[in-house]
Amino acid sequence: MSATPFLVLSAILFTIGCIGVLTRRNAIVVFMCIELMLNASNLALVTFSRVNGNLDGQVAAFFVMVVAAAEVVVGLAIIMTIFRTRRSASVDDASLLKY
Amino acid sequence: MVGFWFLAPVMVAAALGILFVRKAVHAALLLAVVMIGLAVLYLVQDAPFLFTVQIIVYTGAILMLFLFVLMLVGVDASDSVVETIRGQRVMAIVVGLLFGVIVVLGVGQVSLGAVQGLGAANAGGNVPGLAQLLFSKYVFAFEATSALLITAAVGAMVLAHRERLTPKSTQADLAARRMQAYAEHGTHPGPLPAPGVYARHNAVDTPALLPDGSPSEISVSRTLQSHGTVKTAPTRDIDRLTGAIGDGTSNLPVRGSGPRGGIDGDPSDTSRPEEGDQA
Repeated sequence: MSATPFLVLSAILFTIGCIGVLTRRNAIVVFMCIELMLNASNLALVTFSRVNGNLDGQVAAFFVMVVAAAEVVVGLAIIMTIFRTRRSASVDDASLLKY
Repeated sequence: MVGFWFLAPVMVAAALGILFVRKAVHAALLLAVVMIGLAVLYLVQDAPFLFTVQIIVYTGAILMLFLFVLMLVGVDASDSVVETIRGQRVMAIVVGLLFGVIVVLGVGQVSLGAVQGLGAANAGGNVPGLAQLLFSKYVFAFEATSALLITAAVGAMVLAHRERLTPKSTQADLAARRMQAYAEHGTHPGPLPAPGVYARHNAVDTPALLPDGSPSEISVSRTLQSHGTVKTAPTRDIDRLTGAIGDGTSNLPVRGSGPRGGIDGDPSDTSRPEEGDQA
C-alpha cells in the first residue's frame, strides 16, 4: 500500500481548508476550515509514521489534536465574546483596529 | 486500499461542500463526514489509538462545541455574498488552486522509498508503543500539553464569564417599565398573545388569529419569523371566522385570501360558503 495517495489526499484537503479560510466570511466556518487544515496535516503525519516504521509521527499527530482542542475552546470563546458585543459573527465586522 | 479509494472522493466532496454551503450548520455536518473518513484512514494505516481519539475528541467533542456555538450565535450568522475587497474571492481561489497544484505535484514527485509499515513498532500493541514514547522521549512536551490545556480551560472561562454591571431587574421594575411604555407609547401592558389561538393548529409556528381573522404577527417568535418557518393560517379557517363574525348576513366582505394565506390552505376551499356551521 503506497503512501503517495494518502499524501495527495492530505494536500488536497489542506488546500480546500486554505481556500475556505480565504473566502468564507462567517468566523465559525473559517474556524472549521482551520480544523480541516489541521486534520489534513495529521493525515500526513500518520502516513509518514507508517513510511518510516516508527510511532513518532503518531505521537506528533496526537499532540496536534491536543493543541487543536485547546485552540478550538479559546477561539470559540473569543467568537462568542465578539458576537456578544458586536452582534455579528462575520470576520469583516471586527474591524475596529483598522481606524 | 479499496477503502481509501472509496473514502477519498467522499471526503474531498464533503470538504468542497464546506466551501459552498450557505448555512454554517451544514458546514459543520460536512466537516463531521471528513473527520470520520479521516478516522477510518487512521485505522487503515495501523493507528487504532488515533482512530479512537479522532472519533471521541474531534467528532465527539470539538464538533459538538462548534454546533453548540452555532446554536448560541443563531440565525443571523449567515454569510453575506458581498465582497468587501474587490476581486478578493477570485484571487483567493486562484492562489489557493496554485498552491494546491504545487503541493500535490511536489508530493507526487518525491520518492519516499519503500514503506516500512508499523508491524515491528506495533508488535507490543499500538497503545503501549505510543505510551512508551509519550512518557520517555516526549515527556516534557506531554507535560507542557497539560499546562496548555489548563490555560485554555481557564482562558475560556475568563472569556465566557460576564460580570453583571447593572442590578438584576425585579418583577416590580418590569411592571413599572411596562406601565411606562403603556403610558408613553400605548403598548399593550399584558402578555403577548399565545400562538395558535383560533388557528387550526396550536403549534408555536402558527400565528394566532385576530377577531377579524387576520394573523397576529406578535404571537410568534421573531426567531421563527427570521427563519421563515412561520406557517400561515389556512385560508379556510380565516374564511370560517370571517363568516362567523358576519353571522350569515353575508354583508361583510368575505376575505378571498387572507394576508399571506393560501400557502398550506387549500385554494379550492376558499369559495365554499361555510357561514352556517359556526353560527
